Amino acid sequence: MEAQTLYEKLWSSHVVHQEADGTALIYIDRHLIHEVTSPQAFEGLKLAGRKPWRVSSIVATADHNTPTDHWERGILDPVSRQQVETLDANIREVGALAYFPFRDARQGIVHVIGPENGATLPGMTVVCGDSHTSTHGAFACLAHGIGTSEVEHVLATQCLLQKRSKTMLVRVDGELGCGVSAKDIALAIIGRIGTAGGTGYAIEFGGSAIRALSMEGRMTICNMAIEAGARAGLVAVDQTTIDYLRDKPLAPKGEAWDQAVDYWRTLKTDEGAKFDRTVELDAAQIQPQVTWGTSPEMVETVSGRVPDPASVADPVRREGIERALKYMGLAPNTPISEIPVDQVFIGSCTNSRIEDLREAASVAKGRSKAPSVKRVLVVPGSGLVKRQAEAEGLHEVFLAAGFEWREPGCSMCLAMNADRLEPGEHCASTSNRNFEGRQGAGGRTHLVSPAMAAAAAVTGHFVDVRELA
Amino acid sequence: MKPFPELNGRVAPLDRANVDTDAIIPKQFLKSIKRSGFGPNLFDEWRYTDHGEPGQDCANRPKNPDFVLNQPRYEGAQILLTRDNFGCGSSREHAPWALEDYGFRVLIGPSFADIFFNNCFKNGLLPIVLPAPEIDELFRQCEATDGYRLKVDLAAQTITRPDGKTIAFDVDPFRKECLLNGWDDIGLTLRHADRIRAFEEKRRADHPYYFVA
Repeated sequence: MEAQTLYEKLWSSHVVHQEADGTALIYIDRHLIHEVTSPQAFEGLKLAGRKPWRVSSIVATADHNTPTDHWERGILDPVSRQQVETLDANIREVGALAYFPFRDARQGIVHVIGPENGATLPGMTVVCGDSHTSTHGAFACLAHGIGTSEVEHVLATQCLLQKRSKTMLVRVDGELGCGVSAKDIALAIIGRIGTAGGTGYAIEFGGSAIRALSMEGRMTICNMAIEAGARAGLVAVDQTTIDYLRDKPLAPKGEAWDQAVDYWRTLKTDEGAKFDRTVELDAAQIQPQVTWGTSPEMVETVSGRVPDPASVADPVRREGIERALKYMGLAPNTPISEIPVDQVFIGSCTNSRIEDLREAASVAKGRSKAPSVKRVLVVPGSGLVKRQAEAEGLHEVFLAAGFEWREPGCSMCLAMNADRLEPGEHCASTSNRNFEGRQGAGGRTHLVSPAMAAAAAVTGHFVDVRELA
Repeated sequence: MKPFPELNGRVAPLDRANVDTDAIIPKQFLKSIKRSGFGPNLFDEWRYTDHGEPGQDCANRPKNPDFVLNQPRYEGAQILLTRDNFGCGSSREHAPWALEDYGFRVLIGPSFADIFFNNCFKNGLLPIVLPAPEIDELFRQCEATDGYRLKVDLAAQTITRPDGKTIAFDVDPFRKECLLNGWDDIGLTLRHADRIRAFEEKRRADHPYYFVA
């Protein structure tokens, strides 16, 4: 048989039917649901008099609108509350394999709870009405975000209409330097290929630097595949994958586990398989990254400077940079390390897992929030992450440093709840998008790793975390 | 979904790359549990000078006179001319809902983000990809001509400029049929219900561990 890429294996094992023009009906194994992109889908289903095809494929949680403090007060914003209550009602009516509602001990960001509960398994197709569904590709799943009409389509048919993607291999070889993490790899890749570089592709991340990452690190990288324009990111199964999944609540047990693992070990790209495009990075060359603009591709190393649009020939790009610098309140050629930070956000589906919190805590330990920094929010990705962090005493490190230790949720990644920036504020954020207004109208987001965010929190500006060691 | 009509519509030029779905419809409006009514908040942060909140009457809000859609010459536009990577970021279908509710039926640009592109077709919006030089020329003509219009014929897959030049465009045959007929693709998929059931049974037999109930 011809050598296949991991993507091709996942694709071909899910094709139910294919039309002459290549449009295929793809079977969906896991349907993750949250409150923002599902109400209209449930309503549409009901209006058409349809029932969900396979309720046991559904795992749901409320994460975008939920507050991260004073849970005893409930959700104060009535519009947010209505959306969360609508999800409660829909799941009550329809059912689910698992539901982690607001205030549940296992509630959290949908892309954190899926993997940590073993709801995300290698070889699956995983969809969610959320672009960061690419995260789950870290487990060698074909996972991507869908719109609300497609949420309804999956509910009604257990399938999606899809065209096969092109394949890209991003190979990162070598050893990462001290203080450099998965987030820096992700930002360096986006800096290299651009935010549209992956459009039309499924990206497989490979190479020794990816193999050396924990599942948390691999999730961070696949999470940001969408920021490179790729709907899906992928990492092949290896022992790290299998060790992570063992004993997770929804993972198979006993004989079923052994049978599953035998299959999962085949979920890698065959020797000699061809990709449509290959991009190579040397891990040893990757430095801590900081975004300076309003698109994740507007990124520099911490020792670099904000660009000068005058030196850019292409008019569309030049105007883009000028517009971004104006929005960000930055002058051309400003050293990245001279950008002051008003708030710090450590959280989001990119960087709110236990390893991220450990990384941030290792920098915060024995240090204090800089007086010029108004607030440092640490928002764990789920109730389970929160409990683990507390068992390790990480919350005490954060609290001693003057950081705030919050309840889980999406929080200030997109500021749908009360956590947000004020106009003009600069934020060192471990999230995934630095778009205009993303963290609050007029807010200015700089994407960084958890260690770099903690370093900015204790110094009041961006600093190479390696200099703090 | 409404069938897609033959269209001779006014064009508005949005001359920037990487327009993300957060800009198309900011997050506070995503709290709605409805599918309609997003048009007044399309491009909210660029369109108004105050801060928008859901449930507000937008008629009397202060408008940003520099924003292209606020210029009288582009009033009533049904075709939006854009740059690279339009619709990047969040998968929110509220973005095409807002564009459609505002009155747009066609988007023309050199490239679109994948999820957004897909979402458009589910909502009677036609995104058309053209080579960059064609886009540059359309921007030039549109900005130089008051009341600039384009004729879009989906059945023939052509755009006709006022100077008579016809530009052909590609569209997936399946998506084209769905748009032209206003078909509900769930109904189409359910014609294959037997195939789906057979696939599912085989998968359940081969990989029972994916079917924990």
